Amino acid sequence: MSEEMRLRTPLGRALGLGSAKEGVAHWWAQRITAVALIPLVLWFVIELVALTGADRPAVMAWLHAPFAAIAMVLLLVAVFHHMSLGVQVVIEDYIHTEWLKIGALIVNRFAAFILGAAGIFAVLRIAFQG
Amino acid sequence: MSQAQRPLSPHLQIYKWQLTSVLSITHRATGLALSVGTVLLVWWLLAAASGADAFRVAQGFWYSWIGRLLLLGWSFSLFFHLCNGIRHLCWDAGRGFELKMVYRTGWLVVASSALLTLIAWIAGYAVRGHG
Repeated sequence: MSEEMRLRTPLGRALGLGSAKEGVAHWWAQRITAVALIPLVLWFVIELVALTGADRPAVMAWLHAPFAAIAMVLLLVAVFHHMSLGVQVVIEDYIHTEWLKIGALIVNRFAAFILGAAGIFAVLRIAFQG
Repeated sequence: MSQAQRPLSPHLQIYKWQLTSVLSITHRATGLALSVGTVLLVWWLLAAASGADAFRVAQGFWYSWIGRLLLLGWSFSLFFHLCNGIRHLCWDAGRGFELKMVYRTGWLVVASSALLTLIAWIAGYAVRGHG
């Protein structure tokens, strides 16, 4: 057994959360959302290409279908979760002034929630109309 | 803190450009570009949900030359981030770390994201031509 392992408390080793106190939660969430986004993004791109030049009724009809509305909500949830995790790491890597870093982290998280809520609201509004 | 006399690693621009590092930073850059792009995606969805006038403004923007240029950049960014993301997931699974394989998958990512962008745009113009 290594020196490092013997210096850690049995509870600390059992929890396996490391010095960041959150273990691999961030890393894992980034991968889970990445895997989810593979089929969702491929679906989204195909749908968008098919909607090239479409007028508003065509877009409304598209999101009126349950499958498209559900897939779009799932896409938005996965995108904004994945985005906030990724941008967070970039901020932590490149911004070293403490108050700027904290401010950017707050703006990043708020932006993800606000854009996500607005996007999901728009999709549901179209889905539930008429 | 005694950090004054520590040796520092050389600045980034001293290193030779190589595919691996360029793809690595491009993954971050495309991720950030796509994050900015989500603002316009949400704008487009809100415009469709709010009414004919708002939608016409959004659609007008997307079909303008600046809108198309941005969309070209975002479509390539999306395909690149998708392809290179799958490459990263393979690494996470412990596969593809041999140097030869790293370069092979790297060029595969470059080729496939360029090809997918091309296909999407050709298909888009074909759809529009028929509509």
